[in-house]
Amino acid sequence: MSDVLKVPTMAEFMAQGKQPEVLFWVGCAGSFDDRAKKITKAFVKLLHKAEVDFAVLGAEESCTGDPAKRAGNEFLFQMQAVTNIEVLNAYEVKKIVTACPHCFNTLKNEYPSLGGDYQVMHHTQFLKSLLDEGRLTIEGGKFTGKRITFHDPCYLGRANDVYEAPRDLIKKLDAELVEMKNCRKKGLCCGAGGAQMFKDAEPGNKEVNIERTEQAMETKPQIIAAGCPFCNTMMTDGVKNKAEGQIEVMDVAELIANANDL
Amino acid sequence: MNFLPNVIFAIILFIGIGFFVKNIRKLKRNIYLGKDANISGDSKTRWKNMARIALGQSKMVSRPISGILHIIVYIGFVIINIEVLEIIIDGLFGTHRIFSGIGSLYGVLIGTFEILAALVFIAVVIFWFRRNVVKIKRFLSSEMKGWPKLDGNLILYFEIVLMGLFILMNATDAEFQSMNSGNVISQFFAPMFEGYNIHLIERVAWWMHIIGILIFLNYLYYSKHLHILLAFPNTYFGNLNPKGQFNNLEAVTNEVKLMMDPNVDPFAATADDASVPDKFGASDVQDLNKIQLLNAYSCTECGRCTSECPANQTGKKLSPRKIMMDTRDRLVEVGRNIDANKGTFVDDGKQLLGDYITNEELWACTSCNACVEACPISIDPLSIILEMRRYLVMEQSAAPMELNTMMSNIENNGAPWPYNQMDRLNWKNE
Ligand code: SF4
Ligand code: SF4
Repeated sequence: MSDVLKVPTMAEFMAQGKQPEVLFWVGCAGSFDDRAKKITKAFVKLLHKAEVDFAVLGAEESCTGDPAKRAGNEFLFQMQAVTNIEVLNAYEVKKIVTACPHCFNTLKNEYPSLGGDYQVMHHTQFLKSLLDEGRLTIEGGKFTGKRITFHDPCYLGRANDVYEAPRDLIKKLDAELVEMKNCRKKGLCCGAGGAQMFKDAEPGNKEVNIERTEQAMETKPQIIAAGCPFCNTMMTDGVKNKAEGQIEVMDVAELIANANDL
Repeated sequence: MNFLPNVIFAIILFIGIGFFVKNIRKLKRNIYLGKDANISGDSKTRWKNMARIALGQSKMVSRPISGILHIIVYIGFVIINIEVLEIIIDGLFGTHRIFSGIGSLYGVLIGTFEILAALVFIAVVIFWFRRNVVKIKRFLSSEMKGWPKLDGNLILYFEIVLMGLFILMNATDAEFQSMNSGNVISQFFAPMFEGYNIHLIERVAWWMHIIGILIFLNYLYYSKHLHILLAFPNTYFGNLNPKGQFNNLEAVTNEVKLMMDPNVDPFAATADDASVPDKFGASDVQDLNKIQLLNAYSCTECGRCTSECPANQTGKKLSPRKIMMDTRDRLVEVGRNIDANKGTFVDDGKQLLGDYITNEELWACTSCNACVEACPISIDPLSIILEMRRYLVMEQSAAPMELNTMMSNIENNGAPWPYNQMDRLNWKNE
C-alpha cells in the first residue's frame, strides 16, 4: 500500500524559506498511542483533502506539560512550556491546530503568560472553519442515518466552552445526533483528566469510564463520537467492557475522513 | 418611664448589631490570612456576574424544584426585610406602624409581605421534607452528618418561626385588622384570638419577631447561611478566565527562567529573596489565597458540586463540597487559635492537609471542572485541590508512584510514556 503520508515538518518549511498556514500540534498521544495515531492520520488526510498548507514539529515537539501541571508539578510544566515556546517562537508560529483538547487548553490558555501567544484551535473548530470557507466538503457516506452520540471532552467543553463545532460536523454527516442526558456543560468526565490517565483510580465502587459508557449506551448509539485521544481510549475500554462489538468509538475527524473514503 | 421600651429596644438592637459587626470583622481578618489573589478581568463583567448569579440566582434553576423554592425563600427574605425597617423605627421612636401613613399603598405592601411569608412558609416546609424525609443523595453524604445537618434544619426552623410570628403579629393587631387592607393572610387567623388579650399577644409577637431576626443575623456567622451575604462578593470575585486555565506560578517562572537563561547571574537573583515563596502549593489555609478562603466561608453546603463529581459518583472519597467545608473548618480553627493567643497564630501541630483533607481525596480528582460549573455561587474547589497537589509534589515528592513515572518520562523523553522523542514522527510511515 502506498500508505506513506506526506507530513512536512517546520524545519523543511524553514529550509525552503516558507511558512505554513498552520502548525499541526500532534501531541504525545497522537504521536505514540496506537489508537490515537489513527486519529492523527485521519486528520492529516483531511488537511490534504482541503489543501491546507500545514506542518508538524516532528522530533522538535515535546509534551506540553499538561499532565505534569495537573499532577501538581509546576516546575516540570513550565520547563516543558518554556522549551516548546522557544521552538515555536523560533519558527514564528502564529496558528496552531491540535486534535488533543489537553494540548489545546494548555497552548491556548497557559502558554501566553509564559511568552507563547498563538491562535490555537481544536481540530473540530478548524475543520468547521474549513467547511464554512468551502474548502472541505463533508458527505454522510456510510454514516448517513447512523445514531451517533457525542461525548464532550472536559477540556474542550467546560474548560473552554467549545460545544457546537464537533456537533455541527457530526450533523453534516446526515447522521442522527443523539444527546446523552449529561451533555455539554453537564457532560461527565471520561475519567482520564487531571493525570488520571497515567495512574490507577483511587478505591471506589466503579470506574468513571464505565459510568460514562453506560450513560452513552442509554442513547442506544451505533457510534460514540469523541474529540480527544484520552476520552477515546477510556470510552473504547468502556465499550469493550459493556458492549463489545455493538458500538464503535470514533474521533470526529475519523468519521469525516471515513465518510469521504479517505 | 414611658421611654423604657424604646431604651430597651435600642439596647437590644445595639447588642445584636454590634455582636454581628464584631464577628464580621473576625471573618474578614481570617480571610485576610490568605495570600493576595490575582484578580484579572474588568470590573464591569464582575458586577454583571454578581447581578446575574447572586442577585438573579441564574444558576439555581438548573435544578428546577430546589431552584424555584430557593428563589421564593430568597425573594421573600429580602422583601420582608423592608418590614424590619418599620419595626426598627417603631421600636426606637415608640411609634406604631409608622409607614401606615402612606395610605393605601401600605395595604398593598403588607399584603405582599403576608403572601410572601405564606409562600416562604410552604417552601421551607417542602425544604424540610427534602432534607429529612425524601432521601436526596446529596444531603446524605458523610460530610453532612452532625452539625451541618442540624445547621440546615435550624435555619428552616428559624424561618418558620419568624414567618409565623410575622403573621401572628399582624393577626393580633386590632388596629391593623380594622384597616382591613393588607391583611390578606392574617385575617384568617385573627378570629382565632377573639376573647384573648390580643394586645399582649401582638406585643409579644412583635418583640419576639425582632429579637428573632437579630438572633438569626448573629447565627449567620456560625452557619452555612453566611452565603446570603457572602454570595455577593463571592460571585464578584468568581473566575473570569476559561475554566481550563490553571494559574502559572510566578515564583516557578522566575526559577525556570534562571535555569534556562545562561546569561543570568544566578547569585545576583537570589538577593531578591522576596520573590521566592517559603512554600510551593498549599498545606494549610494560610497558603491559599483570599478568594479561596472567601469561597470556603461562602459555601452553602448544597452539594451540587459533589453530585456532579465523577470521582464522587463512582464511590471515591473525594467530595468537592467536603474540600470547601474542610477549608472553612480549618480556617475557623486557625481564627480561634489567633483569638486565644492574643492575635498571633500559635502552631497547633495541625494543618489542612492530612488532618482534614487526605492525599487519597486529592489524587482522585480528574480536574474535570464539573464542580466549578455546578456551583451556584461561583466557588472553585478545583483550585484548592490543585494547590494542595502542588504542595504534595513540589514540597514532598509525594505523588503516586505511577505519576512519578509519568513525570520522569516527560522529563527524559518529552512524553508521558517511555518513547523516544526522536520517534515522534514515526506514525506517518506506519
Ligand atoms: S474537578 Fe475534581 S473535584 Fe471537581 S468535579 Fe471534577 S473530579 Fe470532582
Ligand atoms: S462549593 Fe458550591 S456547589 Fe459545592 S456545596 Fe458549596 S455552594 Fe454548593
